Order: sequence, then C-alpha cells, then structure tokens
Amino acid sequence: MENKAIVCKDLTKQFGDFKAVDKISFEVSEGEIFGFLGANGAGKTTAMRILCGLSFPTSGEATVAGFDVYKQQEKIKKNIGYMSQKFSLYDNLTILENIEFYGGVYGVSRPEIKERSQDLVKTLGLEKEAKKLVGGLPLGWKQKLAFSVAVFHRPKIVFLDEPTGGVDPITRRQFWDMIYEASANGITVFVTTHYMDEAEYCNRISIMVDGRVEAIDSPAGLKNRFNTTSMDEVFYELARNAKRAAD
Amino acid sequence: MPSVTLNNITKKYGDFVAVDNVSFEVQKGELFGLIGPDGAGKTSIFRVLTTLLIAEEGTAIVEGHDVVKDFQEIRNKVGYMPGKFSLYQDLTVKENLNFFATIFGTTIEENYDLIKDIYDQIKPFNNRRAGKLSGGMKQKLALCCALIHKPEVLFLDEPTTGVDVVSRSEFWEMLDKLKKQQITIVVSTPYMDEAKLCDRIALIQNGKIMKVDQPQEIINSFPKPLFAAKAKNIYKLLKDLRTDTEIESCDAFGEFIHLTLKSETGNEETIKAIAEKYNPENFQVKKIQPTIEDSFIRLMREQNNSEEFKGASNGK
Repeated sequence: MENKAIVCKDLTKQFGDFKAVDKISFEVSEGEIFGFLGANGAGKTTAMRILCGLSFPTSGEATVAGFDVYKQQEKIKKNIGYMSQKFSLYDNLTILENIEFYGGVYGVSRPEIKERSQDLVKTLGLEKEAKKLVGGLPLGWKQKLAFSVAVFHRPKIVFLDEPTGGVDPITRRQFWDMIYEASANGITVFVTTHYMDEAEYCNRISIMVDGRVEAIDSPAGLKNRFNTTSMDEVFYELARNAKRAAD
Repeated sequence: MPSVTLNNITKKYGDFVAVDNVSFEVQKGELFGLIGPDGAGKTSIFRVLTTLLIAEEGTAIVEGHDVVKDFQEIRNKVGYMPGKFSLYQDLTVKENLNFFATIFGTTIEENYDLIKDIYDQIKPFNNRRAGKLSGGMKQKLALCCALIHKPEVLFLDEPTTGVDVVSRSEFWEMLDKLKKQQITIVVSTPYMDEAKLCDRIALIQNGKIMKVDQPQEIINSFPKPLFAAKAKNIYKLLKDLRTDTEIESCDAFGEFIHLTLKSETGNEETIKAIAEKYNPENFQVKKIQPTIEDSFIRLMREQNNSEEFKGASNGK
C-alpha cells in the first residue's frame, strides 16, 4: 500500500455552535500535489491550522506525516513546511539571514545551512542580492524565495496558502515549476488557490463548501462528473449553493 | 470630453519608479479595467486620480478638473474603494453608511436607488459592526459607501482580490448594473479572466502601460497562431517542448500547454511532428483563440527583452 502523507477521518472543529469544519475525511499520498479549494468561509483555513499542528480538532482523527494531530503537534511542525501569501519572510532581514533564520528554527545544522543556502541563492539566481534586505525584492522573487525557504529543511509535506495571489502570470508559472520539482523530490504539496487554472496542475483536488468536503477527485474526474470542460464551472456548481456568508 | 485623462504621469518613491510615463483616457460611462499583478503601479495611479498622491511628472484630469489644482471638486465627484478595507470597524453597517452620506452632504434616502440592490443584501446586518462582517459583506458595504454621494466616477482598487469565484462573478454583475446608470467605472484586478468583462482595458506591468484596447481587440492582435497541447505526462511535455528549438513560447495553462512556433506558417501537424520526438503518451493538439493572459505574458516578455536589450547597449 502506498504511504499516506495526510489522513483525515471525520475531522471536526466547532466554535460554540458553529461547525467550521464538519466531519471531513480524505487522504493525501506521499509526493502528491493536492489542491485544497473552497469558497471563502468554507473552513479551509481552520482545517489547515489543524493539519499544521496549530489548533486542536473538536472530534475526529487525523495524522500528518504519520503523527497524530492531538498528541504530536510538535512532531508535525518539525516535519512540515508552511508558506502563505500574507506572511512568509522578514522584510528587515537579508535573503541569507532569512534562510539562516528559518533553517535554524527547523534545526538544520550550521554547516549544512551554510552550504545549502549558497546553493539555493545560486539556483534562484539571487547571488548579487543575497546580502540585500528582502523588503526590496519584487513580489515575484519574494514568493519564490519564500517557497524555497519553506522546503529548505526538506520537510515531508509543504502547506501553501494562496502562494500565488497577485503574482504576475509568468512568475506564477515559474512558481508551479518549483512545486512540480518539490513533488518530484518526494515532498507532498498541499496547496490552496483562487486560480482555477492552478487547480488543474494538482494531481487531485478537494472542494469545501460550508465546512464539508463536497467533492474530491482528479481535475479530469471532477469535470467529467459535472459534464463540463472548465474547473470554473465545477467550482461554481458546488459553491453557489453555499449557505454560509462568504469570508 | 473624456471622464478621466492621464498625460505622461510618473510617480516615484525615492529611486523607485512606480508609475512610468502613463497616459490613457477613460470615456464617460465606460467600464475600464487596469489589469496587472501586484506592484505594477495600479494603486499609485488610483491615488493620483483620487487626489491622494501628487505625481512628479505629467497631468491628470478627472471630470474636467485638474487633480492638483482642483482636488476639492474632484473629491466631491468621485467614489473610491481602496484595496484595503478602510471603513470604520467600530461603527455598524448603518452608521458607516450614514457617516459617509453626511460628510458628502447627502442622506442614505436621497441616493437610495443607486445602492438599493447592493444594500439590500447587507441590510439584515445593519446593526453589526463593520469589523465583524465577512469579507464578501465588507466588500458590499464598502461599495455602498463609495456610491452614497452618487459619484460621477467610481474608482475600485482590486475589489475582487482574494475573493472566491462565486463572489467574484456576483461582484461583476453589480458593476454591470452600475454601468447602466451611466457611472464611469475604473477598476483594477490581478485576475486576467476578469478583463473580458470590461469595455476597455489597460495591461500594466512594472509601472508601464503595455497596451490599451478592447479585450477582443487585444486578443485579435495576438501576432501568431496559438496552440493548446496536452499529454498524459504534461509536465514532462512542457519541459521537453521548452528545450525544442522550433518552439517560440510554451506555457502551462490549466490542463493544457499553450505554445507558439518560431516559424509563421506551422499548423497542428507541425506541432505533432515536433512533439513525436519526445514520445508523449496520448498527445493532443488544437489551434485556439488566445486569452488576455496569453497576450499579457507575450507583452511582458517583449517588455523584458527590450529592457535587457537597452541594458546591454548601455554596457551594463
């Protein structure tokens, strides 16, 4: 049997009477690129926080990289990488300092940080900027660097929360090249996006509506099921009946 | 007379040129889109036009008034919805609306017709504080507040960023209704698929306007035949085709790869013959109509190439 990077069974998170996440169940295989889609307010962020070891579920089960979300939060954190559009790097540190900082936090040894950060800067073509503050970099570069930093400690799984929002169309594609490469190196990718063309780049996607996973399949499978050629329409069909006010 | 005119506007922050010699016009009653990624200069243009920033060079006219000399008149005539939620979080829905009506010397009732469709959707939450509203509702309230004084021009800075597909399409329906009321609308978005909903668009990148035209005209002016291809292992196909000398451009587009040939004459058969070299499984190819995103990518590359060329000739 293939190994599972993430397993969720009836995972639920309740705030008072409000079921933010309502009995969701799914599995993500190792090395898979898994798209986690949903309308605003569907419960994606809440579910993602649980899977990253930042919040306890109310009921149900889940393991991430084989570790239990109730009892082994710290082990989960060590084995994952995380990047979001909103926060990822420190603007007031240089590129190298950011890499060193994150490498250090995740327990990569000093000699290794030194060696690998030089390699990384070279691969990204940022040798000249390595000692400049991150704040001065164009957004596209920041996002690519943030992703590289998120996988610097070679985690088993990387969580990407709308990593390409607002990024130009060429950089957006370069970013997906990096995702493919990470996946080819065995890193499982768990990604959210509002760009439906990016949903097509995933091996499988799930679509959340009102706290529940309403559909989960390959992009082709979903389009088949809804008898359409566009992911936009699949999403529209599922999400337009959402009862929850969007957020 | 156009509703909005920019003549060679340049806005700098220190050494950084955010808006670089930008000129365009927006006609009365037009729905005009500024399309480009973060950092392209969209917000700076909005802030110059709403008299909140002064450009270093160039002139801009809104409804016949100069943005520097007549800023007071302009402020009475335009509605502005900034990209960042800027209403009073501690005031309720109703209080925010009343506040904005009052400072513009009007009342909610006076221009009720204009906001009715949108306001009806948030009216049940009249007594909720703005800070406690969901994203979609905040957006609707902000739009109501920007409309309450019946502006002649509405400036909307990235109203749909971070919003899901369903809410986005609802928002554009609202804009369409407003357009019918003869309000000029200038809207910015990083989502290229929204471009086709505008009468005319400006494609903007690195502070420069790459093109201004009707969406269909931009699509029609794509200079080469465009093909969409796919295979079982699409990523391998993408990497193989990228290295091929006969291929000019090759980009992932959802489940397909969009590509152009260096030669002017090729067709599907030419592409198939090229792809065969790499033995793709289940290979398919068809000629397609370009999208705005195809045009944007092409123009961006042209811009980058000409800048590199300039850099090279300067001996950098």
